[in-house]
Amino acid sequence: MIWGWILLLLPIAGALGVVGSSARAAKSVALLTTLATFGVSIAAAIEFKVWGSGDFGLVSSIPWLSEVGINLSIGADSVAMMLVLLTTLLMPLAVLGSWTAVSERLKEYYGWLLLIEAAMIGVFLARDLVFFYICFEFTLVPMYFLIAIYGGSGRARACIKFFLYTFTGSLIALVGFLYVAWCYAESTGTWDFEIATLCTFAATELSLGQQLWVLVALVIGFAVKIPLFPVHTWLPLAHTEAPTAGSVILAGVLLKLGTYGIFRFVLPMTPDAVVEWAPILGILAIIGILYAGLICWVQTDVKKLVAYSSVSHLGFCVLGLFALNPLGLQGAVLYMINHGLSTGALFFLVGMMYERYHTRDMNSIGGLAKRMPIWAFFMVFFVLASVGLPGLNGFVSEFLCLIGTFAAGESGSYPGVLGPWFAAFAALGMIVAAMYLLIMVGKIVFGALKEPVNEDHHDLPADLSPREIIVLAPLAVLCVLLGIQPGIAMDAMDGSINETLAVYPDIVKGAIQQVTDAGSTVLRGGMNQ
Amino acid sequence: MMSMSNHLWFLIPEAILLVGVVFTAITGLVRSVSVRQLAPAVAAVFVVASGVASVFVFAPDRLDTSAFLMPALGRWVGVITAGIGLILIIASVGRVDRRLEQSVAAGRLRFDPLRSSRGEYYAFMLLSLAGLMLVCTANDLIWLFLALELTSLPTYVLVAMSRTNRLAQEAAMKYFFLGAMSAAIFLYGFALLYAATGTIEFDGMRAALKAQAAEGELGALAIGGLLLSLFGIGYKLAAAPLHLYAADVYEGASAPVTAFLGFVPKAAGTLAIMVLLVATGLDELMALLPYPILIMLWVVAVLTMTLGNIGALLQRSVKRMLAYSSIAHSGYILIGIIAGPGLGYSAVLFYLLAYGIGNTAAFSVLSGLERRGEELTTLEDLAGLRQRHPVMAAVLAISSGSLLGFPPLLGFWGKLLLFIAGIQTGHLVLVVIAAVNSAISGWYYLKLVAVPIMAAPTARSESVERGPSNWPRLAGIVMVVATLVLPVFLGWLVAESNDSARTSQAVMADQLQSETEDNSGRLARLSALETALQGPAQR
Repeated sequence: MIWGWILLLLPIAGALGVVGSSARAAKSVALLTTLATFGVSIAAAIEFKVWGSGDFGLVSSIPWLSEVGINLSIGADSVAMMLVLLTTLLMPLAVLGSWTAVSERLKEYYGWLLLIEAAMIGVFLARDLVFFYICFEFTLVPMYFLIAIYGGSGRARACIKFFLYTFTGSLIALVGFLYVAWCYAESTGTWDFEIATLCTFAATELSLGQQLWVLVALVIGFAVKIPLFPVHTWLPLAHTEAPTAGSVILAGVLLKLGTYGIFRFVLPMTPDAVVEWAPILGILAIIGILYAGLICWVQTDVKKLVAYSSVSHLGFCVLGLFALNPLGLQGAVLYMINHGLSTGALFFLVGMMYERYHTRDMNSIGGLAKRMPIWAFFMVFFVLASVGLPGLNGFVSEFLCLIGTFAAGESGSYPGVLGPWFAAFAALGMIVAAMYLLIMVGKIVFGALKEPVNEDHHDLPADLSPREIIVLAPLAVLCVLLGIQPGIAMDAMDGSINETLAVYPDIVKGAIQQVTDAGSTVLRGGMNQ
Repeated sequence: MMSMSNHLWFLIPEAILLVGVVFTAITGLVRSVSVRQLAPAVAAVFVVASGVASVFVFAPDRLDTSAFLMPALGRWVGVITAGIGLILIIASVGRVDRRLEQSVAAGRLRFDPLRSSRGEYYAFMLLSLAGLMLVCTANDLIWLFLALELTSLPTYVLVAMSRTNRLAQEAAMKYFFLGAMSAAIFLYGFALLYAATGTIEFDGMRAALKAQAAEGELGALAIGGLLLSLFGIGYKLAAAPLHLYAADVYEGASAPVTAFLGFVPKAAGTLAIMVLLVATGLDELMALLPYPILIMLWVVAVLTMTLGNIGALLQRSVKRMLAYSSIAHSGYILIGIIAGPGLGYSAVLFYLLAYGIGNTAAFSVLSGLERRGEELTTLEDLAGLRQRHPVMAAVLAISSGSLLGFPPLLGFWGKLLLFIAGIQTGHLVLVVIAAVNSAISGWYYLKLVAVPIMAAPTARSESVERGPSNWPRLAGIVMVVATLVLPVFLGWLVAESNDSARTSQAVMADQLQSETEDNSGRLARLSALETALQGPAQR
């Protein structure tokens, strides 16, 4: 199917176009390309036809290194397709959002933006492991340059830390992937890097011990991206220093590459090991939720606060993934999309404020509702979406993740290894989130008007310009839409999720059975004595 | 045993290079400036000719008559030697004899052939390249020794004549004396191998050692000989613990010579190790290194990559940093050597190509730029390079990315194949160590990307100018284009490197198998493979 290739190549062509055009035309070219890509993704979504089933659409393959089974094969299931849509939606907004914020080295800037779009789409469309890895790694390069050239004052440290953390993580994941591929080659005699083949193989043929090693390798790789406690420390730095569009892409899509990786690889590849390790990963996620939430509480830098809130929020997403039941998984996938929408919007808002006042310090700024009512409206709106106000999107996904976690006990048709205690502690995180976000809103939106003096004033209007409203409005509309009609998205991904989860109930039951058996043996042993 | 006339056929590429040596040396001595300046062009023509010749010489229908241990190795090595050799020659243009030519042009001096070194410079390069090619056609120990020395001896002189300052002289002395010592070590190893087998012919050695192995295990003489040989040849790779010279020598020599040192002797050493291991009975059918050898190679590989990377982290001089990084690359290459014939050697051949291209590109940048007539040395010299030399900054960034092994550049595929080969033979731990090392190397390669592109220009870097000639910069650009474009032809490249890495035994076995599709034979081969694969894993 040609749509997938167009989706991949269009941004690359656009990047070349940007480099070839003049500096003044660069942003127009970039905007047109991203809009066209969005259009193509809509067309592809219509053409997709396998919504709701677990099948792959847009499937296509070009042989590349056939000796070792590496091909350029693409295709998407419904979850991947949704994330592609999220990516292509956010990109034109990111370009529009940087319209006035970036004023130098324009061609490079928009070139990198378009390249990162291609790489992100590639990650979601890849059906070949090596192709996936290439795209996954390549997202680092544009982001590195976006932070390093256009970032804030501490950018040098931020971009190096960002690069080294993620690069190290993904190298370890690569070794894990290669190990699986080798095991496959060992047992069948031919190399193959098709993701689906390797997943089925690993899930059925690898022993628990082997799966554990693979799980550890993959989780290290993806946990850095998510980021999961304790490898989250690169994120606040990178977010704070990145230009607005960079932060939006980072929060909106790049972090999801980690959770998507867990959904696409960890869950299907190493089910036995996942059942064994889900509680540990769940605990790490909860530590992340609470710890990052508490850090947010004491932040005075708005952008840093939103950055840490990402760490906290994605903890819910991880919990949902390891709940191992449809509710949790649906919640997690929805969470990926919702977090992309609302946190992306929050970063836009912070960026718009920063463009006007050149500060993000909560103590030196306040009562902006009086100066910028439209901005204030959007700020409150997206904070509420992020906090999880019923009726908006955040609520649905957070609630599903928590319910999923709660229900992941030992009984039911989808037994799990988390359970009420995990849900209880995670729910504390919701309260903390409400606290820090509302405190932030209280300080900068309401109260007495406090405006820092900004010497070099841009020719920006006091309140949002129409362009900025256009950036925020689509996100707001989607937040409402997914808040009242989450069913559309949930139905669409049902098939993929059920497919992923199909093997789990038996494995979990088996594991529980084993534990009870062992327990009763111990008990009996004790009684006999 | 192959007949001499037959062997001569396979030496045509080297013969072309030797003729080229004469012509280049003479061209460099001509009184007319315009003719004199053609010396690199003459050298380039002969290098290209030898590369083309090696494709025809090692044509598939000729290989049956070759009786080399690795029949098609010469084709791959001939082509990449010619390709990268050509770029190395181009990267040197404008540097050699610069002072002398300036004086002559200003009329202060008359041209004196005795003071000119242009002709010799390129001629020595060709000689060294010929040595590298000869390693592949070795079929006895003397040949191997002479080929290795032919590779190294010209490089000692190149280092000394590449620059006129004391650093270069010091570097040449160090390089020469340590090189002589390492030659002594591996020659002694060769002698022990002769003592153990009673022959210097690889075929005979192979048979004798296989017989020994069949009786139980290899004798102490053979093991000792092999250990010393590998250890000594490790010097050519700058493998630990014989890596210490690299930083000083690379720093002392001029940038193009450093690029030459980073590739040619390293490739020669790597190929020599491959040939030697195959000669001692190691092939696809019995890919099992004797314990002591395995342990030694393992330790050397880990030490080499770790010390190389940590050393590179600590450097402020760009050339020293690249020197240490090239040490680390030797460590990665050793993974392929340990993985053995088949996928391992194929990965090594591929990696040599990827590394050679990346390394040459990076050094071409240093060769193409200068600061007050001197080479760039520190990272500060590169700060803000992008603003005045954007293309060079991009070349440096992309070549560093390739050396780091960043997808989708050529270096990534090299590393991927090495990792696959390592995992396939059960050396998972080694691969994990290499992966961690790659991550460490990210730190300093990132500096080579970041400092030119992001840092603000300093007073030092403001005075960085283009070098005397455009050719070195062109060389860098060509190499970077190669790192970007070659991955597209990955399937073909890997097929070629697979072919080139096959040992004659494997080729014969394949022919046998295709002739008689004998099931029991296949089973035996499978079980041999199985034990071979499980063996190292259990250790």
